[in-house]
Amino acid sequence: MIRPHRAHSLWFAYILHRLSGLGLAVFLPAHFYVLSLALTQPERLDSLLQWSDQPVVKFAEFGLVFLLAVHIFGGLRLLAMEFLPWSANQKTIAASAVAGAFLISTTFFLQAI
Amino acid sequence: MLDIRLYMLQRITAMIMAPLTLGHIAVMIYAIQGGLSSAEILGRTQGSVMWFLFYGTFVVAVSVHAAIGLRVIVAETFKMAGFALSVLTWSLCLIFLFMGARAVMAVTML
Repeated sequence: MIRPHRAHSLWFAYILHRLSGLGLAVFLPAHFYVLSLALTQPERLDSLLQWSDQPVVKFAEFGLVFLLAVHIFGGLRLLAMEFLPWSANQKTIAASAVAGAFLISTTFFLQAI
Repeated sequence: MLDIRLYMLQRITAMIMAPLTLGHIAVMIYAIQGGLSSAEILGRTQGSVMWFLFYGTFVVAVSVHAAIGLRVIVAETFKMAGFALSVLTWSLCLIFLFMGARAVMAVTML
Protein backbone atom coordinates (compact mmCIF):
# COMPACT_ATOMS: atom_id res chain seq x y z
CA MET A 1 0.00 0.00 0.00
CA ILE A 2 1.25 3.50 -0.84
CA ARG A 3 1.65 5.56 2.32
CA PRO A 4 -0.75 8.56 2.32
CA HIS A 5 1.87 11.31 2.09
CA ARG A 6 3.24 9.67 -1.05
CA ALA A 7 0.04 10.40 -2.91
CA HIS A 8 0.66 14.15 -2.51
CA SER A 9 1.88 15.91 -5.65
CA LEU A 10 4.54 17.80 -3.67
CA TRP A 11 5.93 14.47 -2.49
CA PHE A 12 6.48 13.80 -6.18
CA ALA A 13 8.31 17.16 -6.40
CA TYR A 14 10.51 16.12 -3.44
CA ILE A 15 11.40 12.69 -4.85
CA LEU A 16 12.03 14.16 -8.31
CA HIS A 17 14.47 16.67 -6.79
CA ARG A 18 16.23 13.95 -4.82
CA LEU A 19 16.48 11.45 -7.71
CA SER A 20 17.52 14.10 -10.25
CA GLY A 21 20.24 15.28 -7.84
CA LEU A 22 21.42 11.72 -7.30
CA GLY A 23 21.48 11.06 -11.04
CA LEU A 24 23.46 14.25 -11.72
CA ALA A 25 25.96 13.47 -8.95
CA VAL A 26 26.54 9.98 -10.40
CA PHE A 27 26.97 11.42 -13.90
CA LEU A 28 29.37 14.17 -12.79
CA PRO A 29 32.59 12.09 -12.47
CA ALA A 30 32.04 10.61 -15.94
CA HIS A 31 31.46 14.11 -17.34
CA PHE A 32 34.66 15.42 -15.72
CA TYR A 33 36.67 12.38 -16.82
CA VAL A 34 35.66 12.70 -20.49
CA LEU A 35 36.53 16.43 -20.53
CA SER A 36 39.90 15.81 -18.91
CA LEU A 37 40.76 13.54 -21.86
CA ALA A 38 41.35 16.78 -23.81
CA LEU A 39 44.54 17.10 -21.77
CA THR A 40 45.73 13.50 -21.76
CA GLN A 41 44.27 11.66 -24.77
CA PRO A 42 42.69 14.12 -27.26
CA GLU A 43 42.07 11.38 -29.86
CA ARG A 44 40.03 9.38 -27.33
CA LEU A 45 37.95 12.46 -26.57
CA ASP A 46 37.13 12.81 -30.25
CA SER A 47 36.21 9.14 -30.61
CA LEU A 48 33.92 9.45 -27.56
CA LEU A 49 32.32 12.57 -29.02
CA GLN A 50 31.73 10.67 -32.28
CA TRP A 51 30.25 7.80 -30.28
CA SER A 52 27.86 10.33 -28.68
CA ASP A 53 26.38 11.07 -32.12
CA GLN A 54 24.29 7.86 -31.91
CA PRO A 55 20.54 8.44 -31.49
CA VAL A 56 20.41 6.37 -28.28
CA VAL A 57 23.15 8.52 -26.69
CA LYS A 58 21.36 11.71 -27.81
CA PHE A 59 18.26 10.38 -26.11
CA ALA A 60 20.23 9.70 -22.92
CA GLU A 61 21.60 13.28 -23.11
CA PHE A 62 18.01 14.49 -23.42
CA GLY A 63 17.35 12.68 -20.12
CA LEU A 64 20.40 14.27 -18.49
CA VAL A 65 19.40 17.77 -19.61
CA PHE A 66 15.91 17.07 -18.22
CA LEU A 67 17.45 16.03 -14.88
CA LEU A 68 19.57 19.20 -14.77
CA ALA A 69 16.68 21.47 -15.74
CA VAL A 70 14.19 19.88 -13.35
CA HIS A 71 16.78 20.03 -10.53
CA ILE A 72 17.48 23.73 -11.03
CA PHE A 73 13.81 24.72 -11.42
CA GLY A 74 12.80 22.51 -8.49
CA GLY A 75 15.70 24.02 -6.53
CA LEU A 76 14.58 27.57 -7.37
CA ARG A 77 11.11 26.59 -6.11
CA LEU A 78 12.66 25.43 -2.82
CA LEU A 79 14.72 28.61 -2.46
CA ALA A 80 11.62 30.73 -3.13
CA MET A 81 9.63 28.70 -0.61
CA GLU A 82 12.32 29.09 2.05
CA PHE A 83 13.51 32.65 1.53
CA LEU A 84 10.54 34.52 0.03
CA PRO A 85 7.12 35.17 1.54
CA TRP A 86 4.90 32.07 1.43
CA SER A 87 2.70 31.67 -1.61
CA ALA A 88 -0.27 29.34 -1.74
CA ASN A 89 0.28 28.00 -5.25
CA GLN A 90 3.12 25.54 -4.46
CA LYS A 91 1.64 22.76 -6.61
CA THR A 92 1.38 25.08 -9.62
CA ILE A 93 4.99 26.20 -9.16
CA ALA A 94 6.15 22.58 -8.88
CA ALA A 95 4.21 21.62 -12.01
CA SER A 96 5.68 24.64 -13.82
CA ALA A 97 9.18 23.47 -12.87
CA VAL A 98 8.55 20.10 -14.53
CA ALA A 99 6.94 21.76 -17.57
CA GLY A 100 9.85 24.21 -17.91
CA ALA A 101 12.38 21.37 -17.63
CA PHE A 102 10.53 19.42 -20.31
CA LEU A 103 10.46 22.46 -22.59
CA ILE A 104 14.20 23.08 -22.19
CA SER A 105 15.26 19.44 -22.55
CA THR A 106 13.03 18.98 -25.61
CA THR A 107 14.56 22.11 -27.17
CA PHE A 108 17.99 20.58 -26.52
CA PHE A 109 16.89 17.25 -28.03
CA LEU A 110 15.48 18.90 -31.18
CA GLN A 111 18.78 20.76 -31.67
CA ALA A 112 20.77 17.57 -31.03
CA ILE A 113 19.08 15.31 -33.58
CA MET B 1 19.63 18.17 6.77
CA LEU B 2 21.99 17.44 9.59
CA ASP B 3 23.71 20.70 10.37
CA ILE B 4 22.65 24.34 9.97
CA ARG B 5 26.00 25.27 8.39
CA LEU B 6 25.72 22.52 5.80
CA TYR B 7 22.10 23.54 5.22
CA MET B 8 23.14 27.16 4.51
CA LEU B 9 26.15 26.06 2.43
CA GLN B 10 23.79 23.97 0.29
CA ARG B 11 21.57 27.05 -0.30
CA ILE B 12 24.51 29.38 -0.99
CA THR B 13 26.07 26.99 -3.52
CA ALA B 14 22.62 26.58 -5.12
CA MET B 15 22.30 30.38 -5.48
CA ILE B 16 25.80 30.59 -6.97
CA MET B 17 25.00 27.82 -9.45
CA ALA B 18 21.55 29.05 -10.52
CA PRO B 19 22.81 31.54 -13.16
CA LEU B 20 25.76 29.26 -14.07
CA THR B 21 23.42 26.31 -14.71
CA LEU B 22 21.12 28.38 -16.91
CA GLY B 23 24.21 29.55 -18.83
CA HIS B 24 25.46 25.95 -19.09
CA ILE B 25 22.11 24.80 -20.50
CA ALA B 26 22.10 27.65 -23.03
CA VAL B 27 25.64 26.76 -24.18
CA MET B 28 24.65 23.07 -24.46
CA ILE B 29 21.67 23.84 -26.69
CA TYR B 30 23.86 26.11 -28.83
CA ALA B 31 26.88 23.79 -28.99
CA ILE B 32 25.07 20.50 -29.66
CA GLN B 33 23.87 21.72 -33.05
CA GLY B 34 25.70 19.80 -35.76
CA GLY B 35 27.35 17.49 -33.21
CA LEU B 36 30.34 18.03 -30.93
CA SER B 37 34.06 17.82 -31.65
CA SER B 38 37.04 18.45 -29.41
CA ALA B 39 38.25 21.18 -31.80
CA GLU B 40 34.93 22.98 -31.44
CA ILE B 41 34.88 22.72 -27.64
CA LEU B 42 38.52 23.70 -27.18
CA GLY B 43 38.19 26.50 -29.75
CA ARG B 44 35.57 28.06 -27.53
CA THR B 45 37.20 27.50 -24.15
CA GLN B 46 41.00 27.30 -24.49
CA GLY B 47 42.88 30.32 -23.21
CA SER B 48 39.66 31.99 -22.07
CA VAL B 49 39.84 33.56 -18.62
CA MET B 50 36.06 34.04 -18.72
CA TRP B 51 35.32 30.33 -19.27
CA PHE B 52 38.00 29.38 -16.71
CA LEU B 53 36.26 31.51 -14.06
CA PHE B 54 32.80 30.33 -15.17
CA TYR B 55 33.58 26.60 -15.03
CA GLY B 56 36.03 26.97 -12.12
CA THR B 57 33.34 28.58 -9.96
CA PHE B 58 30.86 25.97 -11.19
CA VAL B 59 33.16 23.08 -10.20
CA VAL B 60 33.83 24.42 -6.70
CA ALA B 61 30.12 25.06 -6.06
CA VAL B 62 28.94 21.74 -7.51
CA SER B 63 31.58 19.76 -5.57
CA VAL B 64 30.27 21.16 -2.28
CA HIS B 65 26.61 20.92 -3.35
CA ALA B 66 26.81 17.33 -4.64
CA ALA B 67 28.79 16.14 -1.61
CA ILE B 68 26.25 17.62 0.83
CA GLY B 69 23.33 16.29 -1.24
CA LEU B 70 24.78 12.76 -1.29
CA ARG B 71 25.55 13.06 2.43
CA VAL B 72 21.87 13.73 3.16
CA ILE B 73 20.71 10.83 0.96
CA VAL B 74 23.19 8.40 2.54
CA ALA B 75 22.35 9.56 6.07
CA GLU B 76 18.60 9.24 5.53
CA THR B 77 18.62 6.05 3.47
CA PHE B 78 21.34 4.03 5.20
CA LYS B 79 21.23 5.71 8.64
CA MET B 80 24.94 6.48 8.42
CA ALA B 81 26.09 9.13 10.91
CA GLY B 82 29.04 10.59 12.80
CA PHE B 83 32.65 10.23 11.74
CA ALA B 84 31.95 7.80 8.88
CA LEU B 85 29.47 10.25 7.37
CA SER B 86 31.97 13.13 7.64
CA VAL B 87 34.69 11.04 6.00
CA LEU B 88 32.30 10.13 3.18
CA THR B 89 31.24 13.77 2.65
CA TRP B 90 34.80 15.08 2.56
CA SER B 91 35.96 12.24 0.28
CA LEU B 92 33.16 12.89 -2.20
CA CYS B 93 33.82 16.64 -2.15
CA LEU B 94 37.55 16.16 -2.77
CA ILE B 95 36.97 13.62 -5.58
CA PHE B 96 34.54 16.00 -7.32
CA LEU B 97 36.96 18.91 -6.82
CA PHE B 98 39.97 17.01 -8.14
CA MET B 99 38.20 15.56 -11.19
CA GLY B 100 36.41 18.86 -11.88
CA ALA B 101 39.58 20.94 -11.60
CA ARG B 102 41.29 18.57 -14.02
CA ALA B 103 38.43 18.90 -16.49
CA VAL B 104 38.43 22.72 -16.27
CA MET B 105 42.19 22.85 -16.78
CA ALA B 106 41.97 20.42 -19.69
CA VAL B 107 39.53 22.59 -21.62
CA THR B 108 40.64 26.12 -20.68
CA MET B 109 44.45 26.01 -20.39
CA LEU B 110 46.52 26.58 -23.50
